[in-house]
Amino acid sequence: MPSLAELARRIRIHALRMTSLGGSSHIGSALSCADILAVLYGRVLRLDPGRPRWADRDRFILSKGHAGAAVYAALAESGFFPVEKLRTHYQDGSDLSGHVSHNGIPGVELSTGSLGHGLGVGAGMALGAKWDRQSHRVFVLLSDGECDEGSNWEAILFAAHHRLDNLIAVVDYNRIQSLDTVENTLALEPFADKWRSFGWAVEEANGHDLDSLSDRLAAAPWQPGRPSCLLAHTTKGKGVSFMEHSVLWHYRTARDQELVRALAELGEEA
Amino acid sequence: MRDAFIRALAEMAEADRRVLLVTGDLGFGVFDQYRRRFPGQFLNAGVAEQNMTMVATGLALEGRVVFTYSIANFPTLRCLEQIRSDAAYHQANLKVVAIGGGFSYGALGISHHATEDLAILRALPGITVLAPGDLWEAEQATRVLAATPGTAYLRLDKSHARTGPGPGEAFRVGHARRLREGGDCTLVACGGILGEALEAADLLARERIQCRVLSMHTIKPLDTAALADAAQDTAGLLTVEEHTVIGGLGGAVAEELLEAGIHPGFFRRLGLRAGFSSLVGSQQYLRGCYGLDANAIAAAVRTAVNTRYQHATQTMV
Repeated sequence: MPSLAELARRIRIHALRMTSLGGSSHIGSALSCADILAVLYGRVLRLDPGRPRWADRDRFILSKGHAGAAVYAALAESGFFPVEKLRTHYQDGSDLSGHVSHNGIPGVELSTGSLGHGLGVGAGMALGAKWDRQSHRVFVLLSDGECDEGSNWEAILFAAHHRLDNLIAVVDYNRIQSLDTVENTLALEPFADKWRSFGWAVEEANGHDLDSLSDRLAAAPWQPGRPSCLLAHTTKGKGVSFMEHSVLWHYRTARDQELVRALAELGEEA
Repeated sequence: MRDAFIRALAEMAEADRRVLLVTGDLGFGVFDQYRRRFPGQFLNAGVAEQNMTMVATGLALEGRVVFTYSIANFPTLRCLEQIRSDAAYHQANLKVVAIGGGFSYGALGISHHATEDLAILRALPGITVLAPGDLWEAEQATRVLAATPGTAYLRLDKSHARTGPGPGEAFRVGHARRLREGGDCTLVACGGILGEALEAADLLARERIQCRVLSMHTIKPLDTAALADAAQDTAGLLTVEEHTVIGGLGGAVAEELLEAGIHPGFFRRLGLRAGFSSLVGSQQYLRGCYGLDANAIAAAVRTAVNTRYQHATQTMV
């Protein structure tokens, strides 16, 4: 396995190439959570690519399904399927849809794409694990904009009520959603307080600090009997200067010279 | 039907510890005994149907046989996307149960009239849709669903036909039951309104109009063979459902027959047609208002049969 930094770099490079080749959107979202995914797949998650349905594996759900390219990249780099398959992303006849899908893809626990579904399904998985006295954990990666969805708050309520400390939510808090900033759309602040008031243990971290993310996620749950929420402060488009902090790159695709420049910033030749 | 369901579910829960009942905070008093017997196989998810369905899907994906339960449109339309994208797409072993099909909760108002659910749920890929017409069907459907992996919708009704199994009869999903025989017409019914269809057939028999009655307890997959037989053996078909005529039983039957090139002598869909069912009243009262009680069904059959007879006579002249 490469270092976490290298894994994160590869996830970014794959995601850039995949979205460019396929002409798909959401590169900003994929870059935003690349470090979180690198930490999860490179260090935190207990997984065995040779046994994708191994009963004791940790479960990971990408609730922000539009960052599917980044998860496919992380899975391929972790050995769940050949890296070459990534080239088919978003192409006619591919298994790798723009939003993450389990169909034909080992390692994907849940297909998502419509926002507000991952946390509730993850809560069900976590509850089942509790009842069956299983020791694995369930991680769900959400976007900040996704927290507009009422279904998430139903799940947040539920997970605390059932003391699901084997459930860990990570919010990719890059403060930009589809059309505008989170602040201008539906403000979430005081965000940490909202989760806390619902009964969750909440911590905040720099979502691009690999050590900090590793420490926090490896140590979860932080409080017995409480589900954990890590607010990961991130930069949308992280790693490619002209994509950072930009609403534009939620939907725009890097083409030609843009792709060359983006890859160059990551130390990669086009 | 609710009691038949819970009795059957209790037996399945006893035999299989994976069976789990999840309610959306409804069913006052109904689950007391079940809950006492199987405390580890019961969950009240609160008034949050989207989350109920997501949690149930998560539990089902981890090996449980989950029944979600609520009334009217709450376990279906409120959380339709969860049923579609979470449960059905992942072939989760989740059975969505709605008590209160049609006008079961008629006096509670249109929020509680489940009158489009069959059409909407039927359109989802990978889902079996059942609307039993009598207590035996409700009980059998519950057992079969608990024993068969996959996503399904079970629509239960406050009313039920007073029929039961024939000697040695086995309940089979996707196979209609023939409850009356006759050649003048076939009434195809689903749900508790089957009782009205049977009563209509009995009324008509006194006038020497003999109806075959099919209990089409499975809307999906539909028993096309039974429909083809009915179109061939009897003069025409009427579908009967406490539901909009768009896309439910009648819609499904029309689709299947036309595509198979089968043209019954006559074909009518009895169900709801115009606007919301905004009248208030009991299930029986509303059936009367909307032309769906036994008398109205019998009248529709008479009209269809007589029109056909007159048409045949004129053609001969």
